[in-house]
Amino acid sequence: MMEQAQNMGAYHVDLGHTFEGPMDLLVHLVKKNEIDIYDIPIALITRQYLEYLNFMKALNIDVAGDFLVMAATLAHIKSRMLLPGKQEEQEEAEDPRMEIVRPLAEYLQLKDAAQDLAGRPQLDRDVFVRAQSDGDASPREGEQDLMQVSLFELIDAFQKIIKQKSPKDFLNLTLDTISVKSRISQIADILEKRGSITFEELFDKEAGKSEIIVTFLAILEMVKSQVIRIMQHASSGIIRIFNG
Amino acid sequence: MPAQGSSGFLMDNLKAIVESLLFVADTPLTIDKIRSILKLKDRKAIENALTTLTEEYETQKRGFFLSKVSGGYQFRTRPEFAEWIRQMKRHKPVRLSRPAMETLAIVAYKQPVLRSDIEHLRGVDCGGTLRTLLERGLIRVLGRRDLPGRPMVYGTTKRFLEVFELKDLTDLPTLKELQDMQQSWPNDST
Repeated sequence: MMEQAQNMGAYHVDLGHTFEGPMDLLVHLVKKNEIDIYDIPIALITRQYLEYLNFMKALNIDVAGDFLVMAATLAHIKSRMLLPGKQEEQEEAEDPRMEIVRPLAEYLQLKDAAQDLAGRPQLDRDVFVRAQSDGDASPREGEQDLMQVSLFELIDAFQKIIKQKSPKDFLNLTLDTISVKSRISQIADILEKRGSITFEELFDKEAGKSEIIVTFLAILEMVKSQVIRIMQHASSGIIRIFNG
Repeated sequence: MPAQGSSGFLMDNLKAIVESLLFVADTPLTIDKIRSILKLKDRKAIENALTTLTEEYETQKRGFFLSKVSGGYQFRTRPEFAEWIRQMKRHKPVRLSRPAMETLAIVAYKQPVLRSDIEHLRGVDCGGTLRTLLERGLIRVLGRRDLPGRPMVYGTTKRFLEVFELKDLTDLPTLKELQDMQQSWPNDST
């Protein structure tokens, strides 16, 4: 046990980013034991899986609930393997291990894909493009001059825009989620094309009040889900919206 | 005719003109973009100019090459010189963590994909890695699925193609191809 703990202790350094989740642990065990994933020795894997789990607990590593779910799944598969079913039933029934084999196979496939992707030459790591000169009249501003905008500053800016409208426009306010949704996709398209846009530009001068509110809600929704970043230029005070 | 003359000049110098555009452009230039700048209908001529340029930079072993990326063309430095450029830029390359890379691969291959699908595949919460990828502009929200809670649907961006030097999404090897490449695994360690 002591020896085992030491072996794992050597592993401990990587623990944080080696085992993100139960699937990662399974993959690790499969590789370590050089197992054919279509013929997993379920008793062995379950035992080792639980050993790791206990060890992580002992190290005070917060074991997520997902790990326990997987442990239960493994234990369940193990028990089903042990159950002596009727002969014909056994032939009909699927191998209980398929319950983890399928997701495991798919995960391994995507791990390969991730590895392949990581092996490609990456921009700003392996390959570089010409740096933009300072005199370039590019819409991409130096981000160091930009500050993050708080929700309240955003509301202030929004109020300024809405004040330019006469009060009678307030009538007939019917907002539906569909228009917010489609506005989000419009804004996403604009940002896809241009990279950034000023807050004001998003509010059409001709737009009615409900349209303005839909736009604002769309912006808030996108900020919340971190699809966009909203920055304010330190000196000019112009608020600009950036793609993710 | 003067118009003829200027068009003659354009055609005579087409390769060099295209090269000059590529030199100044800060994003990959598409053939359509070049066509509209030059007001030139002849797509084939531009294609030829780009092909010749690509070959020239390749055979002359320049410090940079003409990369076909994200639907366009862009000059990029050769990967083997990266070390010195990093030295000049004095910045550490921002590396994506393995979980972020996996999440990105899942989005790339399974898009349009829900966060719950990604988490189901990886068996772990992906909120943090998704946020990182969104911040880096590698993925984007394509919309919301008509399901309870209106979950967001993710896809990759143009930036993703640029960063990973992909012409387009079909430039990625298929999962089947990857599997064939990895056929020896997991016995390769024996």
